[in-house]
This record gives sequence, structure tokens and C-alpha cells, in this order.
Amino acid sequence: MFEGYTGYIVAGATTTLQIALSSLAVATVLGLIGAACRLAPNLLLNRVAEAYSTLVRGVPDLVLMLLVFYGGQTAANALLEALGLPAIDFNQFMAGVLTLGFIYGAYLSETFRGAIMAVPKGQWEAGWAYGMSRPRVFLRIILPQMIRFAIPGYTNNWLVLTKATALVSVIGLQDMMFRAREAGAATREPFTYLLVVGAVYLAITSVSLLLLKWAEKRYSAGVRMGEI
Amino acid sequence: MLDFTMLIEPDNLKLYADGLLTTLKLLLVSLACGLAVSVPLAVLRVARSPLLYGPVWLYTYVIRGTPMLLQLYLIYYGLSQFAVVRDSLAWPLLSEASFCATLALAINTCAYTTEMLAGAIRATSHGEVEAAKSVGMSRATLYRRILLPSALRRSLPAYSNEVVMMLHATSLASTVTLLDITGAADRLYSTYYMPFEPFLAAALIYLLLTWGLVRVFRKLEGRYLAYLAPRSH
Repeated sequence: MFEGYTGYIVAGATTTLQIALSSLAVATVLGLIGAACRLAPNLLLNRVAEAYSTLVRGVPDLVLMLLVFYGGQTAANALLEALGLPAIDFNQFMAGVLTLGFIYGAYLSETFRGAIMAVPKGQWEAGWAYGMSRPRVFLRIILPQMIRFAIPGYTNNWLVLTKATALVSVIGLQDMMFRAREAGAATREPFTYLLVVGAVYLAITSVSLLLLKWAEKRYSAGVRMGEI
Repeated sequence: MLDFTMLIEPDNLKLYADGLLTTLKLLLVSLACGLAVSVPLAVLRVARSPLLYGPVWLYTYVIRGTPMLLQLYLIYYGLSQFAVVRDSLAWPLLSEASFCATLALAINTCAYTTEMLAGAIRATSHGEVEAAKSVGMSRATLYRRILLPSALRRSLPAYSNEVVMMLHATSLASTVTLLDITGAADRLYSTYYMPFEPFLAAALIYLLLTWGLVRVFRKLEGRYLAYLAPRSH
């Protein structure tokens, strides 16, 4: 089937998943840092984190992608040169992952901020009463409890992020989307290949939604729901 | 460092101005079509019969589960695969990038808006529905007078998010050769080989548009959701 392009498309699907998962990791770290900065008792950190999330969320992904992809390397190497360090050559994969991670970190910082604020304040105070430090209370008490509040927003962002990975094909990364276009152009059957790739995206989102249901149940253990 | 002087040359300013116009046209036309179709679809979506809600569910599930870029490519590049389409009367339209982009955007926003409206209809308090039935309203009157006006108003905050997402989605039109704001920036990038300035300017325009849209919706919410606000003394 598909005139020998099956392996080619499957390799693209692997690339898409790799990009999505790697950017999710970057975004999660940036999102946690962003949320922690927004809630930290320090005005400068608050402002910087707020500017990050507001500016990034106000600009289309594609524009940021092109800006970071075309400009990011120039900027990074100018910075390295100023510091007297040798220039590094970003590969496309890294550039794509860092850009997507940077964008979705801003969205996740909002999700995490809301989730942290949803944990009752008494939990912090109880932790301090035991003599725990701020970071320790955060890691041991708040983080496990905020997961429940963060899951719906986190999954939502994951779904949007997975779909946004299609944009890396615009900057020449050989993901599923890029390969579908190539195979479609070579065989003069663009619709067929795009449709197949669409089915794979749909499969990824469907599996994610099932995992969300499972995770929601797992992290809501012991929570009493109001009866409606 | 950064040098924005070439951006204020008349030709380049005009490129951005035309880009802004293209972006706004894409946004407004697709939003209007999407909203108009989403209202009847939302009514079908909350229907009890699987024959009615099934197809709508499938449509929103597939559209919301695949990238908008893919949908755009399917329409713009994909449809030309079929001789039936190439020979049809719709071909002059379907071979035109601006029509395809508007169509893809409209199909996309319609799916999201349908789910949003359906959610708002379902969330209508049961007392309102009972009250309407108790005065003998038919189902059609119930929808026209009670459910839809209230659901549309209560959807405003969610819809403002949708509109901002759509504004950002219009940037994808630049990938099918349209010269919207992003397309204009990309053109300047390739002309002058300046990676920062053109895209920074585009980002700034999008930011201003986003803020403008958010402000407009705040105003609208103040007007149409006043009845839900906490009572002020």
C-alpha cells in the first residue's frame, strides 16, 4: 500500500511524537518556573513571568516559530560571542522543540498558576508549621495536590501542542505533515496522504483523551464530589 | 543591532497595511460564516436522538482532533487530486488560496463554536426550561426565546477566546501564498534577509489586535452579561 511510502510516513509520525513529547517536557519545566515566578513574593519575578505569558499568548504560534527559528540562532550566537564562547549550530529538531516548548510554557504557566492557587492555603501553613522550607512544602505538599486541578488544562494544552507540531513542517522539519506533502506531491495523490496523516493525528488525540480520563480518576482518589 | 528603518518605507508599510486588511477579512468572514452555521448545529448537538447529534459529534470530533494546517492543506492542495473537483463549477473558487483559507478557517471555528454553544445550552438552568414549558411554549419557541438568547450571551467569554484563537489561526493562510500580516513579514524577511525586525513588527500588530479584541469583548460582556453580574448597591 502507498507505493512504498509507508515507512517514510511512519518515520514522520515518530518524529512528530518525538517533537511533541520533547516540547511538552520543555513546556512543563518552563510552565512550572513561570507559575512559581508569578506566585513568588518578588515584584520583579512577577512582572517578568506575567510579560512572558501575556506576550507569548498574544502572538500566533507561526509568527513566534518563524521569529525564533530564523532569529533565534542569530540571537543565541550573538549572545555567545559577547560572552566569548564558541558559536553552536542548532539543528532543526532542537530549534523546533525549543520554540514549541517556549510557546506552550507560557500557556502551561497559566494552567499551573490556577492549579496552585486552587490548593487550599491551609496546606502551605500546615507544611510551614512542621518546619518545612518553602521549596519543600511546594514539592511535597502542593505539587501532588495541584496535579488534580492541573490535569484538564494540561491535557488541553497537550492536545493543542500536538496539533501545533504540524507547524514545524513549515520550517522544514521532516515531521508527519512535511512527509505527507512530499509523498503526496511525488505520487500526485496529496489528498490520500494528508488524509492518512490526519487519521494519525486523530488517533493521537483520541488516545490522549482516554489517558486523561484515567488520570483524572487516579488523581481524584479520595475526593468527595457534590451530588448534582 | 535592530534596525526598523526599512519597515517604514512606504512600500513596506503598504505591504503591512494590505496584510492587516487580508487578515481582518479572513477573520471576519470566517467568523461570521462559522457562527451562523454553528447555531443550528449546536441545537442538533444537544438533541436526544443519536441520528441527530451523531453526525455533528463526529464533525466536531474530527475537526477538533486534527491540526488546522492539515485541514487547510487538504482543501487547498488535496482536493486537486480528484478530476471531479477539477471539472466542477466550484473549481475556480477552490483553486483560489483566499477562498480555501476562509473555508478552512470557517469549518474550524464552526466546530469549536458548536461545542461551546452546545455546552452553554446544556448548562441552562432547568428552572428556566420548566418555566417555559409551563406557559405552554413549543420546542421551537423554547429555543428561540429562552435557550438560544441565554446560551449565546453566556458563551461570550468563551467566544472571545475563540475569536483570539482564530485571529492567530489566520496566520496559517500565509502558508498557502496569501499575503496576510505573517505573509507580509515573511516576504520582507526573504527580501532583506532580516530575521528579527519583520516578524517582531508582525508580532506587535497581532498583540495590538489581540488586546483590541479582548477590550471589545469586555465591553460586550458588560452590556450583555450585566444581568449575571453581582448586584451592586
